Amino acid sequence: MSRTDVLVTADWATEHLGQPGIVFVEVDEDTSAYDKGHIEGAVKLDWKTDLQDAESRDFVSREGFSALLSAKGISNDDTVVLYGGNNNWFAAYAYWYFKVYGHGDVKLIDGGRKKWELDSRPLSADVVERPATSYAAGEPDASIRAFRDEVVDAIGTKNLVDVRSPDEFAGKLTAPAHLPQEGAQRAGHIPTAVNVPWSKAANEDGTFKSDDELAKLYADAGLDTSKDTIAYCRIGERSSHTWFVLRELLGHENVKNYDGSWTEYGSLVGVPIAKGA
Amino acid sequence: MCGAPEQGGGLAGVDLTTQTVIQGQVWHDGSPVAGAYVRLLDATDEFTAEVVTSPEGHFRFFAAPGDWTLRSLSPVGRAERSIAADVGLNETTLAIA
Repeated sequence: MSRTDVLVTADWATEHLGQPGIVFVEVDEDTSAYDKGHIEGAVKLDWKTDLQDAESRDFVSREGFSALLSAKGISNDDTVVLYGGNNNWFAAYAYWYFKVYGHGDVKLIDGGRKKWELDSRPLSADVVERPATSYAAGEPDASIRAFRDEVVDAIGTKNLVDVRSPDEFAGKLTAPAHLPQEGAQRAGHIPTAVNVPWSKAANEDGTFKSDDELAKLYADAGLDTSKDTIAYCRIGERSSHTWFVLRELLGHENVKNYDGSWTEYGSLVGVPIAKGA
Repeated sequence: MCGAPEQGGGLAGVDLTTQTVIQGQVWHDGSPVAGAYVRLLDATDEFTAEVVTSPEGHFRFFAAPGDWTLRSLSPVGRAERSIAADVGLNETTLAIA
């Protein structure tokens, strides 16, 4: 796996628009951005209504994901090219999610929607229709998804990377600062976690930093490459961004994303919590 | 949810006795700038959050009391200013030269 296998430039995207076998997918929480304008031919996935189960806090089922992608006109052998707002947070989440369900060829557009807009590249408001397919999702890959018991067991033994902002890590804020401050019952972080905010892995225009810069970032933070790693944030989307960096760009093995993240951990009864920088 | 609420909406439902709200507009050439990316940086210049301005150029953050920097990026240019925020409503304007 190399950087060019998983990350494409906006220029590459422009050159491959409309090409058979390539499906562009915009992923956002708020799909009104897509409705106002999207990359030509791109279909949309709603982070919440499409990818989260309506009752239980979990993914949609394997059958549900198969039905979703079939309806969107995506085939198992298509190259799925993801992009979105929030510096690709939700697109990175979808990338990880597609990998959990075993999709073969998935890529991210470097910089996502932000870079696209800052470059003043064209957006289309046309309705996109693709003929339905018969998509078959794979058995969920548990090697890249962490659950709470494993996270508690990882304290002091595995690398725990908290990718939230320093104030969230320290316990001064319980949510990103564009949101009302609510969420978990308690503020702080998982003991022994290192704080490497996701934003340190990205340039201001939303593109990823170079492999050399990224390798130095996590080495300086004290990440032990001989150990397994679990990344978390508040609800698992910013940590998908870091999971993508560690596993897909830097090629670390045994990296998991903990999508329960702080909203789960900070509400668990009886687990240890650390505060401060 | 990590998606930002609609920017520029009213403050109904926001408890200004507990929340530290930083909000304002991005301007350029006598008009508000829609679709600008505004980021909030903490006192150590670390990224804390980012929103996209509304059609009227509005942005809003829910922060904590302290010193912050606001920086906007857009195809027409960039702007930056610092703000000392207290609990309650803190309003400012970002002017792109």
